[in-house]
Amino acid sequence: MKVQGFLSTRTGGVVTIQPGQTIREAAGLMFQHNIGAVVVLDDQGRIVGILSERDIVRKAVTHDRVFDMAVRDVMTADVVTAVPQDDLMSVAHTMTERRFRHLPIVDEQNNLIGIISIGDVLKAQRDQYRGEIDTLEAQIMAAGT
Amino acid sequence: MSDIGTADHPLRVAIIGAGPAGFYAAEHLFKQKQLSVSVDMYDRLPTPFGLVRLGVAPDHQKIKSVTAVFDRLAQKPNFRFFGYVELGRDLSVADLRNHYHAIIYTTGAQTDRAMNIPGADLIGHHPATEFVAWYNGHPDFRDCQFDLTQERVAVVGIGNVAMDVARILCRTPEELRKTDIADYALEALSQSKVKEVYILGRRGPAQAAFTTPEIKELGEMEDADVFTIPEEVALDPLSEEALAESADRGSMRKVEIIQSYANNRPTGKKRKLTLRFLVSPVELYGDENGHVRAMKLVHNRLVKSSAGSLRAEPTDKTEILQVGLVFRSIGYMGVPLPGVPFNQSWGVILNDGGRVIDPDSKKPVTGEYAAGWIKRGPSGVIGTNKPCAVGTVDLLLEDLQAGALLNPPHPQPEAIAELIAQRQPHFFTYADWQKLDEMEIARGEAQGRPRVKFTSVAEMLAALGKA
Repeated sequence: MKVQGFLSTRTGGVVTIQPGQTIREAAGLMFQHNIGAVVVLDDQGRIVGILSERDIVRKAVTHDRVFDMAVRDVMTADVVTAVPQDDLMSVAHTMTERRFRHLPIVDEQNNLIGIISIGDVLKAQRDQYRGEIDTLEAQIMAAGT
Repeated sequence: MSDIGTADHPLRVAIIGAGPAGFYAAEHLFKQKQLSVSVDMYDRLPTPFGLVRLGVAPDHQKIKSVTAVFDRLAQKPNFRFFGYVELGRDLSVADLRNHYHAIIYTTGAQTDRAMNIPGADLIGHHPATEFVAWYNGHPDFRDCQFDLTQERVAVVGIGNVAMDVARILCRTPEELRKTDIADYALEALSQSKVKEVYILGRRGPAQAAFTTPEIKELGEMEDADVFTIPEEVALDPLSEEALAESADRGSMRKVEIIQSYANNRPTGKKRKLTLRFLVSPVELYGDENGHVRAMKLVHNRLVKSSAGSLRAEPTDKTEILQVGLVFRSIGYMGVPLPGVPFNQSWGVILNDGGRVIDPDSKKPVTGEYAAGWIKRGPSGVIGTNKPCAVGTVDLLLEDLQAGALLNPPHPQPEAIAELIAQRQPHFFTYADWQKLDEMEIARGEAQGRPRVKFTSVAEMLAALGKA
């Protein structure tokens, strides 16, 4: 399965924020949309970072006033992205190996078109295995009749 | 909350498309014990089961056994089948919205992805899906013509469909005669002059999508030798690393089998099947009559994407492959349904988890849902459509709880039945299908075959005495 197969069933846009906004605003967005990360875009719409709950917690350990800080000072600037043609299994491997839980998806022009979370990947894998088991079961049952 | 779903006011659901996704959606609806539900399933063809009947290869009968599950579902008293009733031709979305609380589109992916290279319009270049529909007896494709006087054939792509097409081209008439392949296809393939078949994969053996049994099966054909090319099946460091990291024994076994075919020597069998890897067609060449005579292939190398997936990248090495017939099999695509929002980029109904989405407001279209390939695109095996359909039906049930389904003026089952009888008097019921099924099996028994299919609507109507 490709990343594209996952994107096909997601129509809601990606929640984004600008680097100059505050962590308070970012946390508000995460709460409002019930998500764990927001993609940071500059004013030209280019991806300049990703900000996750983990980034905020990490910063909070050394900065008491983390909520007043700018997104650019807390975000992860080195963003790994995926394209629709990427294999979902490889993406899952990269996410678990490199320990990040959200992966923005971009098109050929590097425009943000979606985001995939480790939960989404696990669900896709689970559905794939369930499907295979179900197909095999149906065949075995039929062979037995 | 409303009283929809009670014995007095059953939840009325229309399912458009009688393939696996449609049946799995129906199954999950019927599983709701507290819910009184009645399902009408439609198909544009007279016969049910979608790609199980018309896509799955005829020499893979065991895979078709899943229809036993669908058959049991169809026996539910509150299930009706309306075959040969097409959305857009006989009924509109508005008609459905007037008669049902909810509509689930499960129309699958009916067309294929085009190959945009110079020469793609030459005669002798076909979508593999057309060939598949033709040999499986799909009424819309029974009159297709394929030039089987050609000796050399290329199948572009290396998924399940490509494997099926290559296998069917390489099978002997005796092998095919044991299957339920369409009679006219059996006749045409018996006269076939095909000697060499090439399956062309863009990436390497470790990325191939087919399963281990499928690759093994290629080596077990009666009168065709199978080969791979040593340089193309030796794993590059990136593939080797990815395979080791995945620790997936299935994939490792698959690669081993592919590599073992590189040691094969001709045994004098009539046909030769070669699996090529790391090549992509970049141009088709024609003769003076506009027929395909050759293709230019570029050799690829694998590069790792930032997300860790291995992609094919063209090198400057090319070669010319002489072929007179080309089947492209680079992916199925959905077809838009009249009056239903469509996502052109992915070839699916515009949806969010299975709820159909209005393109302007980006809000769900009340009472409309999608499941299967028309929801997520073509991926997985037949059973993969089950979790997909369950996901969609769960959203429908959530919307039922929230009182957010349609409130049709004519929910009575008789009302829509009357309308259908007017619009398409030749519609087929499930009982009609069961009769056809029995007749097909009986015709097959006489010849030692699983069944002999009816392949035209006229033939089916006549067999039922409806013509």
